[in-house]
Amino acid sequence: MRITALLAGVVLAATALTACGGGSDSSAGDAKVPDDPAQVKGDLTYAIWDVNQQPAMQQVVKAFNAKYPNVKVSISLATFDQYFTKLKTQGSSDNLPDVFWMNGPNLQLFAANKQLAPLDTLLEAKQVDPANYPQALNELYSWDGKQYGVPKDFDTIALWYNKKLFAEAKVAPPTAEWTWDDYKAAAAKLKAALGAKGIYASGDELGNQGNYYPAIMSNGGYVLKDGKSGYGDPKSIEGLQFWSDMVKAGYTPTAAQNAETPGRERFFSGKAAMMWNGNWLVSMALKSPVKNDLAIVPLPKAPSGERKTPIHGLANVMSAKSKNPQAAAAFLAFLGGKDAALIQAKAGAANPAFNGTQTDFVNSAPYALTTFIDAASSYSEPYPVSKDTAVWNKLETDLIAPAFGGDKPMSEVGPDVAAKMDEALGKEK
Amino acid sequence: MSRRRSADGRWPWLFVLPTFLGVLVFYLWPLVKTLYDSFTETGPFGGSTWVGGANYSQLFADSEVYRAVVNTVVYTAIVLLGIPLAVLFASLLNRPGLRGVMIYRTLFFLPYVAMPTAISLVWRIIYNGEYGVLNQALGVVGVDGPSWITTPWFALVAVALLGLWMSIGFNMIVLSAGLKGIPGELYEAASLDGASQVQQFRSITVPLLTPSIFFLSVVTTIAGFQLFDQLFALLGPTNPVMPKTQSLVFLFYDAAFVGNERGYAAAVAVLILAVVGLLTLFQFRFQRRWVNYD
Repeated sequence: MRITALLAGVVLAATALTACGGGSDSSAGDAKVPDDPAQVKGDLTYAIWDVNQQPAMQQVVKAFNAKYPNVKVSISLATFDQYFTKLKTQGSSDNLPDVFWMNGPNLQLFAANKQLAPLDTLLEAKQVDPANYPQALNELYSWDGKQYGVPKDFDTIALWYNKKLFAEAKVAPPTAEWTWDDYKAAAAKLKAALGAKGIYASGDELGNQGNYYPAIMSNGGYVLKDGKSGYGDPKSIEGLQFWSDMVKAGYTPTAAQNAETPGRERFFSGKAAMMWNGNWLVSMALKSPVKNDLAIVPLPKAPSGERKTPIHGLANVMSAKSKNPQAAAAFLAFLGGKDAALIQAKAGAANPAFNGTQTDFVNSAPYALTTFIDAASSYSEPYPVSKDTAVWNKLETDLIAPAFGGDKPMSEVGPDVAAKMDEALGKEK
Repeated sequence: MSRRRSADGRWPWLFVLPTFLGVLVFYLWPLVKTLYDSFTETGPFGGSTWVGGANYSQLFADSEVYRAVVNTVVYTAIVLLGIPLAVLFASLLNRPGLRGVMIYRTLFFLPYVAMPTAISLVWRIIYNGEYGVLNQALGVVGVDGPSWITTPWFALVAVALLGLWMSIGFNMIVLSAGLKGIPGELYEAASLDGASQVQQFRSITVPLLTPSIFFLSVVTTIAGFQLFDQLFALLGPTNPVMPKTQSLVFLFYDAAFVGNERGYAAAVAVLILAVVGLLTLFQFRFQRRWVNYD
């Protein structure tokens, strides 16, 4: 039963392709937003992956409808784990949502396969102005000389900690001057004081963006440069080893424990004293039972004295085959505007990409959220992506994550991943 | 007259047409298309090229495939153990004069009606190594339970136990229908001859239930080889034990929807079809030895 459903899905997707290929060639990219908003009519689907941001997105839709009353937008939510799987399947059958969230790792794949509408017309008409967003993000969402996405927000990584747990363990709270050694020393004390209660010193998810990318970058290593993997670089391996040591010493839960109880849930329920994570968690933090005990400082520095964080941001994009290209273009332009940015900022949903609207985000929570914005301007590095990022991201999940704290030293794991990743990168062209 | 006869000839066709079309569109066409796809390589958003048997040589060279076959067999074997359990429960529930039969039946059948994903999410909490109810219960009797869903082998057993638990309700419904078909006189005659309850169960109930048991073993094996949703929902796709615990259908999902290798995925699907077909054929051949149809 279940397998036939899956098979039927694949087959229907394939048949739909042959059936309606070439049907709608009225390129959505040429869609201009008419001057009279009442003329814009139609139904749109808007796909997102973060349940924490859904209320803010609904408010944005409401504000959009105040201007464009004849467009009906329905938000479709899928968890991040399944989001791009779903989109790829929808794309195979020309059924992509009209407007949807896009991330850096997937932009080139979708753009190169003609799934996204280029924004030429919107940019010419000044309905979307790249000058409003950080340059790094415009670049992340451009491919082959054309811009495909309107930056929505940006994120960097900082150190979240629980003041109450530090006080309870009588450990001095982290400062911006901390190094990795200070971090480990504090973790040892936290473990001694709180470990018996099932509380972890550093309840991290051992993810790439939040944990080992910043460690590698801070240490002077790299993930991807000039089409080559950096996992074989000794500096990168030291970055991986930092987390491996944290797990081995019992300061950080293992990848297996994270699969059972995700790190953020542990941290936000007071079962972990520290966590390296991004500013996309602010609305979750505000809803957590420990919301009054939380604080944020910059990440600890690598032994070299350097500190780096990847910077990444989401964008809103438009399907190349939207059935209502005008309405979709109007909505996309609205999403990229100042009003939409302010709504998200006030709700603490995300740190908006629109220049000058971040103050409301910083004020949305009693934590030092400027840390994330300062990080972006003073010590951030571009988020590593290639044309088919998902392929080597899977190598990271399958090979690196389970090795943290395991028996295999990172000096073996790193070169192994590098070889496989280089092979995958070679196949991209 | 001849006119009317030709109309008579057409009517039956009209009635079977919807089913016929359904079979054609939803069963035969996907089958043919999957077979075709298994010889092609597809792009991330469609468009395919003929690659001959390349997908199959990749399939047979892939150690993950063999591991997935072993996992699937172990899982199916454990779920098959649910059948003897169901025979026991069904005959206990079938005893005349038992009070609250409907309540018991409902309790046993509930897991079968509920959505596998929803159930799996509940069991995910039950199985949790740190906070789970199961390990707390084990702790009471002094056993230090493992992290069920993140320890290799335990994870597979955890998934299989869930599958077993979910299948018992369905098995019992089929078996109690079988039990209703056993004439009461047989038991009367047996007790007049002095046969004990256990003897009656062994010599009358089980042999006369063999047709139902056979049906269940065929259906359970097929379902076992289609293991996907409990595994996916209970363990989660990023679970580090997944590479050691994945089933054939999970492999198919991973290739088709995560890796976007649809041709390879189709080859995996063909393999599953072949294995399930062979096993079913074997079971039908073997039934003459043990299934009692009189």
